[in-house]
Amino acid sequence: MKKSQRLRWQAMAILAVAVLGAAACSSSSSSSGSSASSSSAALTASAPGITPTTITIGSHQPLTGPAAPGYSEIAPASNAYFQYVNAHGGVYGRKIVYKYLNDAYDPTTTASVVRQLVLQDNIYALFNGLGTPTHLAAVSFLNSEKVPDVFVASGCDCWNQPTTYPETFGWQLDYISEGKILGQYVAQHFKGKKVAFFYQDDEFGMDGVKGLDYEIPSSMVVSKQSYVDTNVNIAPQVAALRASGAQVVVSFSIPAFTALLKLDSLKLGFNPTLVVSDVGSDPITLSGLLESFAKQGGATVNGNQLTNGMITDEYLPALSTSDSWYVLFKKIHDQYDAKEPLDGNFFYGMSVAYTFVQAMLNAGRNPTRTDLLTAIEHGLPQGPMVAPFAYSSTNHLGVTGAYIGVVQNGVVTQQGSVLTTTTSPTSPITTYTGSEEQAPASGIPSP
Amino acid sequence: MAIIVAAIVAVLSIKLGQFRDYQIAEIAVEVTAVAGLTVLTGLSGQISLGNAAFMAIGAYTTALLLIHLNWPFYLALVIAGAATAVAGAVVGIAAARLRGPYLAGATLMLGVALPAIAYVYPATFGGDQGLNVTFTAPAFLGVNFPLTRWQAWVSTLVALIVLVLLANLDRSRIGRNWRAVRDDDVAAALDGINVAAARVRAFVVSAVCAGLAGALLTIISEQAGPGDFTITVSIALLTAAVIGGLGSLPGALWGSLVIVLVPTYVTDMASSHGLSSSVGNNIPIAAYGVLLILVMLVFPQGIQGGLRRLIGAFLGPNTKSRRIAPTPHVTPSADQAPASQHEKEGTS
Repeated sequence: MKKSQRLRWQAMAILAVAVLGAAACSSSSSSSGSSASSSSAALTASAPGITPTTITIGSHQPLTGPAAPGYSEIAPASNAYFQYVNAHGGVYGRKIVYKYLNDAYDPTTTASVVRQLVLQDNIYALFNGLGTPTHLAAVSFLNSEKVPDVFVASGCDCWNQPTTYPETFGWQLDYISEGKILGQYVAQHFKGKKVAFFYQDDEFGMDGVKGLDYEIPSSMVVSKQSYVDTNVNIAPQVAALRASGAQVVVSFSIPAFTALLKLDSLKLGFNPTLVVSDVGSDPITLSGLLESFAKQGGATVNGNQLTNGMITDEYLPALSTSDSWYVLFKKIHDQYDAKEPLDGNFFYGMSVAYTFVQAMLNAGRNPTRTDLLTAIEHGLPQGPMVAPFAYSSTNHLGVTGAYIGVVQNGVVTQQGSVLTTTTSPTSPITTYTGSEEQAPASGIPSP
Repeated sequence: MAIIVAAIVAVLSIKLGQFRDYQIAEIAVEVTAVAGLTVLTGLSGQISLGNAAFMAIGAYTTALLLIHLNWPFYLALVIAGAATAVAGAVVGIAAARLRGPYLAGATLMLGVALPAIAYVYPATFGGDQGLNVTFTAPAFLGVNFPLTRWQAWVSTLVALIVLVLLANLDRSRIGRNWRAVRDDDVAAALDGINVAAARVRAFVVSAVCAGLAGALLTIISEQAGPGDFTITVSIALLTAAVIGGLGSLPGALWGSLVIVLVPTYVTDMASSHGLSSSVGNNIPIAAYGVLLILVMLVFPQGIQGGLRRLIGAFLGPNTKSRRIAPTPHVTPSADQAPASQHEKEGTS
């Protein structure tokens, strides 16, 4: 009996291994770039992910899950810009292949898909990986594999560690600076009023609150409430905000939770002035979310009406037909990505893709991975951004400033000038005197 | 024998690409957790909707030991197993008094509440972003040895050890007692089996497996965060156990293969067909759901049950197929009953 049992176990174990092998072998469907064509002979496969005809980059994006509303439009927008560049000569003749995988805003999945992109799909760089908690699950792996980790879609100042994470660069305004700029506005415009904070309980929300605390006197702050992105029941927090008697609520939240905050406040007849960080305030995304959430609850609301008067900050130009970037991006939108709404998230995806193409052009004809990092550390022109980038060998944060905007009828209207600052608690907030760049006629940056 | 198996995996891991190595490691983690759950549910007849909580205990124990005490990972694994054994015993004592929906409810509560502790003590557990650990391949393997291969080796080895131990446990007196308790606890008690002790024992075994799986997950993904142990993970474990075939250890492997590999493939399929993003983004989830429904329709006893039936039909019901079939069963009653009627594996 003992022997037959052992035989059985042996058979089972061998089978187990065989299946592992079979499953793994059958699926090596990695799509490597096409072979060299008749293009310039000077183009070489200068780095992993670069062939004479292609540059393959990858990303992790929340295409489904709690962060998907709004943010799922970003990667298709970037891809639309890359398609536009590919159709107009590419980057030194190479076409950009952008492979973005869904991580559903779940860190375990992020860890897995980023390994797939690096180890199997052999990407040149990870581009615009979205989310603070998610990207934290990938950042040390990317740096130990020496894969450029450029323009993370998160304003956590944790990306700015050039010695620990030499491969990693931020892009958007960091949350501390954003908190300072919003905080200064609140302290100046709502003197003597009661202010409360509502924030996501992670680096994103806590960095924002840090910036707010630098500028808003603690005597004004009556309550601080946080939420976690996996729990949509924020009724207790909203009740606490209401009970605190707050007249102004500053919110560092993703769009779905900004909408929930607004709706739960409405239910309680609580109507404070809302000040919302850039990432959670796109009026078109919010309006759609407000209407669909209300519909689920059996109510009808007018989304644009509810976002009226909301205060936010913005580091990209306003969506206005008089802006050269808007005209350019709308043209690309209508040609390559007309199914997605033309909103702030679309603008974000386009702009970050523009910055990436700029960096690739600056990195040279046959760039190694290090060439890209060096190009960024030498500084990049601000492109569509309203303020300059801070890139240097000691600073891996992105844009340095933003303007305050007020939402009216679904559009952010600029109030006052562009303000710049840094993450330091003592650094001043100054008015930016430089002017905005105009979009190039070709739509493609020049090296 | 396990050594030979480990050697085969080692060869495979060298032949395959690094991402395949990582997937082997992921599968091994899943097998470890699912094997524990399939023993709990299939053999002792209890249900747990909260095994991800035990994974979290194992993961955080490992992460804290690696970060603060710089322990070697194998010691951390042992301690993680011990810590979850204690937790499993505590929960098991409560669980032994509950049945059916009440037990499901209690374990569900555990699964929801326990990972949230990480948010309450962010200084210790790192809050939402969790703890980052550094895991490296040992120096004697050389500097160019891929980390993912080492991770695949370690996790496969642990998974195999767990499977060997569980297979032995299953055939021992303890395993027979579990089945007796599962089929009729009154009759089992009349036969002199300590029903409560048997149930607690099953809970401890399943918790230790989950804890080891959590510890392995920490060293392969090099981090432990509350997002890794949500209630969906607990449900996925149960899904894998049911899809594979409840109570069957090979079934734990089938189930793990399905839940680790299928979502990756359907994502690749969806993204390569140029669908609009709002449709394409949700196709993997829909396809996964359809697949689960199909498997349950075609193989009501899970993949392992289905395979056993297919092989039985192919070789004829009265041949001694089981002596040569590569899919041995672990339920002794099948020695007397024809394979096709082997339907007693349920939680009832």
